[in-house]
Amino acid sequence: MKISRIIKTVFMADFVAGLLIAIKTIFKSSKTINYPFEKGKISPRFRGEHALRRYPNGEERCIACKLCEAVCPAQAITIESEIKNDGSRKTTRYDIDMLKCIYCGLCEESCPVDAIVQGPNFEFGTETREELYYNKQKLLENGDKWETVLAENIKADLPFR
Amino acid sequence: MIYINIFFSEIYKIIFLLLPVLVSIALIVWLDRRVWAFVQKRKGPNVVGPFGILQTLADALKFMFKEIIIPASANKVIFVLAPIITLTLALIAWAVIPFSNEMVLANINVGILYLFAVSSLSVYGIIMGGWASNSKYPFLGAIRSAAQMVSYEVSIGIIIVNVLLCVGSLNLNKIVLAQENVWFIFPLFPMFVVFFISALAETNRPPFDLPEAESELVAGYQTEYSGMMYAMFWLGEYANILLLCALGSILFLGGWLSPIDIYPLNLLPGAFWMIFKILGLFILFSLVKAIVPRYRFDQLMRLGWKIFLPLSLIWVVLTASFLFFLDMLPVAG
Repeated sequence: MKISRIIKTVFMADFVAGLLIAIKTIFKSSKTINYPFEKGKISPRFRGEHALRRYPNGEERCIACKLCEAVCPAQAITIESEIKNDGSRKTTRYDIDMLKCIYCGLCEESCPVDAIVQGPNFEFGTETREELYYNKQKLLENGDKWETVLAENIKADLPFR
Repeated sequence: MIYINIFFSEIYKIIFLLLPVLVSIALIVWLDRRVWAFVQKRKGPNVVGPFGILQTLADALKFMFKEIIIPASANKVIFVLAPIITLTLALIAWAVIPFSNEMVLANINVGILYLFAVSSLSVYGIIMGGWASNSKYPFLGAIRSAAQMVSYEVSIGIIIVNVLLCVGSLNLNKIVLAQENVWFIFPLFPMFVVFFISALAETNRPPFDLPEAESELVAGYQTEYSGMMYAMFWLGEYANILLLCALGSILFLGGWLSPIDIYPLNLLPGAFWMIFKILGLFILFSLVKAIVPRYRFDQLMRLGWKIFLPLSLIWVVLTASFLFFLDMLPVAG
């Protein structure tokens, strides 16, 4: 062993250096936040809880093209559709199994009318599994609840699409 | 009638000692977690009460309402007895700790021997817990803990001999009063360092937390414990840490004496300085926890037997010859 190494060991130079760094770090501001009370910034592209959007006049955007159902790698989406009296095709059933979903964002990307989107909400934990089998009503409710944020996020992301 | 009076006055004294000790254990757990968090640039517990001070109380309440599970194959009597012994031994040692010249529950002449005996006994709680659990991780944890505490107890004992050579008394009050001119940390600085590291090993703190190494042994001897029994182990552990901080400040940092005997400082009560020194040592304990990785078992044994023991023995010879040839040996009594 080199003599300098021995001297360092005897006087615990490495330990003292580490201690000084620790003491310096104590007075620096923390990098974490008080999570439930303040939240970190998330990107407009954030892929959180799903939502089905409506047009401003209240009409559902979804045209039941089933592209999302086809593209979904986890096969979490189930869609059934029918032709309405006015000749338009609408969904009668739009289910997402949130437990199967891998939050890849392909449904949102494939949608030609921006109907199915993934919003900024990531706090939708439940106490039972059944509550995470989302149906059309739940997804539309989500869309109504988050519409302002969703519209803003789509607008912010528009130049990059 | 007079016996009953004496009995109750003693009970009052014990309660007035134990309540502050238990409350300060709760605060010290919070402080430990806070310091640890700050070193890692986190916030630490800061929700329950002002600055999160009541976090430990909340944890204790949680433990109280949890079910105590006793494994079917465990030796039930010893399994239940182990945490009780750990906590009791950690608390009875406080009887001889002086907080000022008068503020001491039992001012006995062999105070330091009593402390040493009680802290040696505290390993039994861990061994009993590990053995009675009848499960492999607790057992391995208990074996490690026994080996570790026995090795470091030896060097702590010899460090205490160093201090006693300079004092000439086993009474803790006299040890403190002998430091009126100069604290023992200055002439015996290497011994203070060895004492501090041995204290870390003695209380199973990182980097010597092998008995409860969570990455290898789940939780060591505490694996099978739950609810209030686990909390008692936990309380005992922190009471032991505080006790060794108190012992360190008595032996090396001048106990309740103020740093410099000048006007505004020596007006403060002795208990303030004692608590201040214990806190300072404890913050060092938690800083060490935050910055060091865990030792391997053979490294731990090598450090204890091959480095600390010879070093403290040599220092005993040095101190003794220094005192003898300069004719500074203290008068016995």
